[in-house]
Amino acid sequence: MQTVTREQLINKAVALLADGTVKCVLGWKKGEFDYDVTPAVFETEEEIRADFVWNDFCGANFSKYLVAKTRQFDGKILVFLKPCDTYSFNQLLTEHRFDRDKVYAVGIPCAGMADISKIKEICGDGISSIEADGDYLSVTTIYDDQPIKVEIKEVLAERCLNCKSKKHVAYDELLGEEGDVIDSNRFDEVAQLEAMTPDERFAFWQKELSRCIRCNACRDVCPACTCEKCVFDNPNSGVENKSPANSFEEKMFHIIRAFHVAGRCTDCGECSRVCPQHIPLHLLNRKFIKDINEFYGEYQAGAQEGSRAPVVDYTTEDLEPGEVFDRRDTNA
Amino acid sequence: MRKCSLDSLNAIFTRINQFAKLYLPVNGNDGKAAYTEWQEGLEWSNALNTTKSPKDFFFPQTEDLMAFRTSGKNIEIIDTRKESEDFVVFGVRACDVKSFEVLDNVFLKEPYDSYYANRREHGIIISVACTRPADTCFCKTFGIDPAKPQGDISVWKTANELYWQSNTDRGAALLDKIADLTEECGTEAVEEQQQQINKIMAKLPLANLTTDGWGAGKTQELFDHPKWAELSEACLGCGTCTFVCPTCQCYDIKDFNSGKGVIRFRCWDSCMYSDFTKMSAGQPRLTQKERFRQRFMHKLVYYPENNNGMFSCVGCGRCLAKCPISMNIAKVMKTIGGKDND
Repeated sequence: MQTVTREQLINKAVALLADGTVKCVLGWKKGEFDYDVTPAVFETEEEIRADFVWNDFCGANFSKYLVAKTRQFDGKILVFLKPCDTYSFNQLLTEHRFDRDKVYAVGIPCAGMADISKIKEICGDGISSIEADGDYLSVTTIYDDQPIKVEIKEVLAERCLNCKSKKHVAYDELLGEEGDVIDSNRFDEVAQLEAMTPDERFAFWQKELSRCIRCNACRDVCPACTCEKCVFDNPNSGVENKSPANSFEEKMFHIIRAFHVAGRCTDCGECSRVCPQHIPLHLLNRKFIKDINEFYGEYQAGAQEGSRAPVVDYTTEDLEPGEVFDRRDTNA
Repeated sequence: MRKCSLDSLNAIFTRINQFAKLYLPVNGNDGKAAYTEWQEGLEWSNALNTTKSPKDFFFPQTEDLMAFRTSGKNIEIIDTRKESEDFVVFGVRACDVKSFEVLDNVFLKEPYDSYYANRREHGIIISVACTRPADTCFCKTFGIDPAKPQGDISVWKTANELYWQSNTDRGAALLDKIADLTEECGTEAVEEQQQQINKIMAKLPLANLTTDGWGAGKTQELFDHPKWAELSEACLGCGTCTFVCPTCQCYDIKDFNSGKGVIRFRCWDSCMYSDFTKMSAGQPRLTQKERFRQRFMHKLVYYPENNNGMFSCVGCGRCLAKCPISMNIAKVMKTIGGKDND
């Protein structure tokens, strides 16, 4: 159950609009159903009271929207940030991607977000309403007379089950209680992949990535992907392509992207959330994070604004390529 | 009408597979259904529908058109087309069957697309009625009846049996080939199921969604509608909606230089992309608002204008389920459409 309520957020937003602190509010907008929440900019109290929502389906990370929205609007934007969103927020600031002075950030605690596809696996299709009920969701479908009680922790998104932090690393103001960095199990699955033989690992990724439809949703939602023009969209780059023409190219797209965001990926998990084919893309990024931790010492992108990632910060103690190569044998 | 027990389905698939490749929805390693070539041991998925639509069978995401080989000053043009063999697609839902008609209107009119036509001529469609439509379904809005799916053969699945009815000569010929595995039967069970389905359809959250306010001749009225900006403001510009859509038909043609020659291929394109329809003067739709508007105006205004009022959405609900920001055609139809949706 979320510990701050929709009303608290609405009151905060309305108050900050009324006293002129902010010109508009970046928030989650009610959908057609109880789970299809859309990011939206609210400019009036009326809009906020009618359509602003805060529930177990507000997974979207708003940090990346600030890049475009701070340019689009004069005056400050109020943005609500869950703990994991604040890491992306800091990382974007580190990369000078938006003007901090144009943002008023309110940190809000998050109890984890539900994954609608997990709910549908349990309750089936035909959901007509979902209501929060303590640690449970009460799911009504057109096929069942009684609502189905689903324990929220059973249907949490993968990234929330392996939540790395309940602590906000950036905000102007905090609503509710502050949490702690969590010693999560998020690298366990990476360790399992590392324990495979190269052939097994290849087969694993082949199977997963062969489902890719090259919709680019992973890239377009990624807060670390804010190039003005992506090399894969640039007809002059020589690597632009709109389709998974062959399996080599498809793997190349995802691996190149993972390399590009290495050291900058905060592990927010948006890539896996939006993938229409349920490809566990976060595992590629986590592999890089795990390696960076092991090679250069613990490093969490976005934990501190302005921090230099080990991969862009040369020191004489850095690992030699040969050491990385030797380590490969132990993983083989 | 003919029927068989569900237990004999494997024998029927085996028989069909003797004279044609058979494709059907099978659960993949992600637990989601995808059209898969049948082989012994594979099981027909219980899922309502596949993540990707069956349009790939006729209009694949990537397809070679021709190749060029140069030697000296000569250029050789190679036809890379392979002669298709008959294939059977089993388990197609009513919405997706209708989507083939939408595509036909595009590809089989002048300029006639022989690549698409070749596959259409060789594909036999076996549709199946939907006993458990989802909250995201709204095929009825476009006049589609999920209790009476079209295609060469229609199939109804009950607790223990499968009912078969042919709608075309090709369908009848296929049913003849499995005649010894099925038996003649009455239509009572199917009629009962159809009534059940109709009752469910009335209960769906989007049961009352209408096309009111949309259609041919609405360009002037809707093009500059003030709501486009708001509807598109969170759009990521990804291609998910267009690539899971059974009726999106835009493609790009590109040349791939293999070093030894050139392969000309086409691949799906998306109006959501920044380089869609890019010309020497640039991309005519400068921001995501224009690109977003294009998609819905095409489905709900331009296409009907060119196709006797027929809409190019079939209400399959894939974009509702898959859009990363949960913006979709149902929301657009309600926000901008006529008062019947209020």
